[in-house]
Amino acid sequence: MSLQGAAIAGAVFNLNHPAHTVDWSFIHLSVANVVVIGLMLIVFVAAIALPFPGATKRDAARRGGGGS
Amino acid sequence: MSAAPTSPPTIPPTSPPIPSKSWTVKVRERGVEALPPERLLPDGQPTYVASWIYVFGVASIASLIVIIGSGCILALKGPAWWHETGVGHFFNSIHMWSVELFFFAMVVHLWGKYWMAAWRGGRGRVWVTGAITFLVAVPCALTGYVSQQNFDAQWISTQAKDAMNSVGVGAFFNLTNFGQMYSYHILLLPIAVVALVSVHVLLVRRNGVVPPFELEDKLS
Repeated sequence: MSLQGAAIAGAVFNLNHPAHTVDWSFIHLSVANVVVIGLMLIVFVAAIALPFPGATKRDAARRGGGGS
Repeated sequence: MSAAPTSPPTIPPTSPPIPSKSWTVKVRERGVEALPPERLLPDGQPTYVASWIYVFGVASIASLIVIIGSGCILALKGPAWWHETGVGHFFNSIHMWSVELFFFAMVVHLWGKYWMAAWRGGRGRVWVTGAITFLVAVPCALTGYVSQQNFDAQWISTQAKDAMNSVGVGAFFNLTNFGQMYSYHILLLPIAVVALVSVHVLLVRRNGVVPPFELEDKLS
């Protein structure tokens, strides 16, 4: 198997083609970058919305005069 | 002939220290005043610091450590190793994916701090050093992409040089000059990023983490 064939076989996704792109007016992005931006937005919303483990307990302890 | 017994040297009585105005004393005193040890390495943090947003700040620093570690190994071994050996591919991938993680975590942290208006309460320099770190990290990554020594690097450098020329910096920052780009990538820009991150963390320690809006209203 050639080096190029081995590289393609080893890849999870077939990358041996021009990048797929998203075009919206002057915006021209590769699908890979759109996926990363979407993941960042999802993670950002989750980071804001999801409670931090132990935060409620720490806050209650502080209000009750316990240790922080 | 025997020597006469000698008495042990006497230690002169200690005199009160003379106030020194040397620069070392001034730097030490100002350093301890700005960042006393209990503030530099505190026992605990306010409860509002228990937030996922700060996890992403720490994840950025952790990624930066992996970037620098893997980058040092790549610099030691060179392009032929990172392109043609299995272990070289591994460290090349570690370096690239830790950069991806660094930017991912840094952007989430940056968005969070923007919407929390983290510059409140005299924390402008904390916000600015964080934002500038992001801006300096972008060319640090770009110079890495054009230092790969492959067709991808050739493609990126010949495309991106037009952007540099359009803003008039192409004569000083030549993306097709491998030596210059490699120097920027492994020395100048990493030093800038690490220095900015260090100052950012020290300023966070000095000023404390910004409180939530509601708490700030109650305190004022």
